[in-house]
Amino acid sequence: MAGPKNTMRTSLGRVRNHGAAGEGTSHFIAQRASAIALVLLMPWFIVSVALSLKGGNYLGVIDFLTQPVNAVGVILLIATGFYHMHIGMQEVINDYIARPFTKVLLLVLNTFALLALGVGAVFAVLMVNFGV
Amino acid sequence: MAGATRPERPISPHVQVWRWHVTMLTSILHRFTGVALYGAALGLALWLMAAAAGPEIFGPLAELLHTPLGQIALYLIVAAAAFHLANGIRHLVFDTGAGLTPTDAETSAWFAILFAIAAPAGLWALVTFGG
Repeated sequence: MAGPKNTMRTSLGRVRNHGAAGEGTSHFIAQRASAIALVLLMPWFIVSVALSLKGGNYLGVIDFLTQPVNAVGVILLIATGFYHMHIGMQEVINDYIARPFTKVLLLVLNTFALLALGVGAVFAVLMVNFGV
Repeated sequence: MAGATRPERPISPHVQVWRWHVTMLTSILHRFTGVALYGAALGLALWLMAAAAGPEIFGPLAELLHTPLGQIALYLIVAAAAFHLANGIRHLVFDTGAGLTPTDAETSAWFAILFAIAAPAGLWALVTFGG
C-alpha cells in the first residue's frame, strides 16, 4: 500500500477525499463505447424508418415494429442512445450549471426522465409485439 | 484573504478575442446538436409509446408530423443526427491521436459540415423520388 510518502496527493486532499472524482475514465470509455454502437444503430434506424414508413401511418409503424430485427434494433437504439444521452447531458449540466441545488436537481431529473421514458419506450416495443 | 484591492491579474481570453476557426464551429455544433437530439430522442420514446397506445392516440401525432412544421422539424433532426454522427466519428479518430494537426482537423471539420447538409437532402430525395 502506498504510504503518505509515496503519494503525490497533498495531505489536505487526502483528508477531504476530493480532487479527482475517480470516475472520469469510466465515463470517458462508456461514452465512446456507446458512441461506437450508435454509429451503426442510429443511421440504420433513420434510413430504415424513412424508407419503410414513408407515410408514417399507424399500420405501417406496427408492421415495422413487429419485424423481429427491427424490434431488437429499436430496443438496442433506445438503450444505447439513452445511456449515451445520460452521460452527455450530465457533462453539459456539470459544465454550465454552477448553483449546487439547481445542478443536483437537473442531474437527478436527467436520470429520472431518461429512465422513465427509456423503459416506457422499450415496453412500448414489447407491447406492440406481444399484445396487451 | 489577500489585499484590500484586487490584483491586476491577466484574465483568460474570452470567445470574442479569437480568430474564427471552423473547428470552433464544429465543437459548438457538436454540443448543440447533442442537446437537440436529446429532445428528439425523448420525442421518439413518446412516438413509440403512442404507437403502443393505439391508433386514436398515434393518429394525431402522425398528423402533427405531417404538417409543414413537423416535416421541417424531422428534416432538421436528420441534419442534426448526421452532423453529430460525422463529428462523433471525427472525435473517435481524434481519441486515437490521429487527425489532430490544424490542416487535418479543419479538413475533417468541413467534411462533417458538408455531410450534415448533404445527408438530409439525400435522404429526402431518396424517400421522395426513390422506388
